[in-house]
Amino acid sequence: MREGLLAALKRLALMRGLSSERLKGEKQLRLRTLTFELPYKQDNQVTQDKKITKTQELVYKLKVKDVMTTDIVTVSPGNTMNELKEILRIRRIAGTPVVENKRLVGVIGIDDLIRCLSEGEMDATVGEKMTRKVEVLYGDEPLAHAVNKFNQYGFGRFPVIERKRGRLIGILTKSDMVTGLLKRLEIAYHTEEFRHNNNNENHVFNNIVMDKTSFHFQYRVNGQDFKVAGESIYKLKQILSQLGFPPPIIRRATIAAYEAEMNIIIYSYGGCISVSADYDHITLEARDTGPGIANIEQAMRQGFSTAPTWVQELGFGAGMGLPNIRKCADTMDIESEVGKGTHIKIVIKNTNGNGK
Amino acid sequence: MTLSEAKEILDATVFVGHEKLEMEVKTAFSADLMSDVLAFAKENSLLLTGLTNPQVVRTADMLDIAAIILVRGKTPPDETVQLARELNIPLLSTKYILFETSGRLHARGIVGCIEKVGVDEGA
Repeated sequence: MREGLLAALKRLALMRGLSSERLKGEKQLRLRTLTFELPYKQDNQVTQDKKITKTQELVYKLKVKDVMTTDIVTVSPGNTMNELKEILRIRRIAGTPVVENKRLVGVIGIDDLIRCLSEGEMDATVGEKMTRKVEVLYGDEPLAHAVNKFNQYGFGRFPVIERKRGRLIGILTKSDMVTGLLKRLEIAYHTEEFRHNNNNENHVFNNIVMDKTSFHFQYRVNGQDFKVAGESIYKLKQILSQLGFPPPIIRRATIAAYEAEMNIIIYSYGGCISVSADYDHITLEARDTGPGIANIEQAMRQGFSTAPTWVQELGFGAGMGLPNIRKCADTMDIESEVGKGTHIKIVIKNTNGNGK
Repeated sequence: MTLSEAKEILDATVFVGHEKLEMEVKTAFSADLMSDVLAFAKENSLLLTGLTNPQVVRTADMLDIAAIILVRGKTPPDETVQLARELNIPLLSTKYILFETSGRLHARGIVGCIEKVGVDEGA
């Protein structure tokens, strides 16, 4: 993890125009630059140079719930301090939210525990000793608000609750924010790099960015070339399964990607497939340059096909592609311009709601 | 039934997957259209087909097909055999035509991975 983070920081720093010489021995500085300079101070900087960086854009675009930790340990008010001690010890944490009927009713931490220890009150309940007035964050707040709150209160973590029903949905730490931002920045960076490289039409390459919870994957597809069809999707399938997506979701994603790839091969001059995934959904985009689709409604009809005979002899081009993609997707958008190309975007929701 | 029993029933030749013949199979899908396979076949089913190009193996892999049985006595080209080996998907070939292959397996308890296409798959 640390290696990955450093590598990412280095790349980001390079993007910002820092030389690698300067980077050496500046670990601390770099970390700071990325955590705190980012959100807080830059509010002022906006007015100075009027230039909004990707990071600034992201702190406003990303919501607390996008980067928070959802795998959290909670205790109930009825637990004793003794039980709390064990929980903190086993999970190696310094504090935990107190939850009753899924609602956050307080927080309790190691300092409360120490007080009880010294006063011999380890049989007291969490409910008696917890802090009831809790500063919280809402899941739908932009990350920028969270940053301000961290600066304002100096706490290490905030419970995150759902605005409507007040249910506890996660915890946000500073490290969650840094990791979340870096991840998005890295994805943005790779997308940019891909677009850049993509000018070279003959270059077939794969491009994968992933960590434990999300990833981005793209590759180029050449028109009329069946030989390597599906090879990249084989990789995609493995990655999705490494990320822990349930098999039915993986199936739908790979089938949709394969159909989309076949369409690019059969009908266009070439294009690219890009897939991003996180906890909640898989997004797949297929973009090609080619003749485009004159009548999308017709193309979406099962059995309608304009595929040449040689393709049909291979068992494809039977007019099932687009309808099948739609079947695999939760949402599907298709745009096409005759003489230019086609762009398909589909989203598959992860029914588990969690990639693990 | 096991894949090995299916092999006996069909008097099939095994190209890939000798070591996986004891796997249990319950369902199958027959088609010469990979497009239809992609749209309708289900995981852990047998795929019965007369197509022999490597994309058949690719398609089978996408769908987690248990094994491929080529019909009408087709001999798969080398690259198909190689890919099946790489992706670890058993590849067999029988001289029976698709109808007979399907019928013989069905008579012995193998059923379609779906019976018919659903309303939502209609048009």
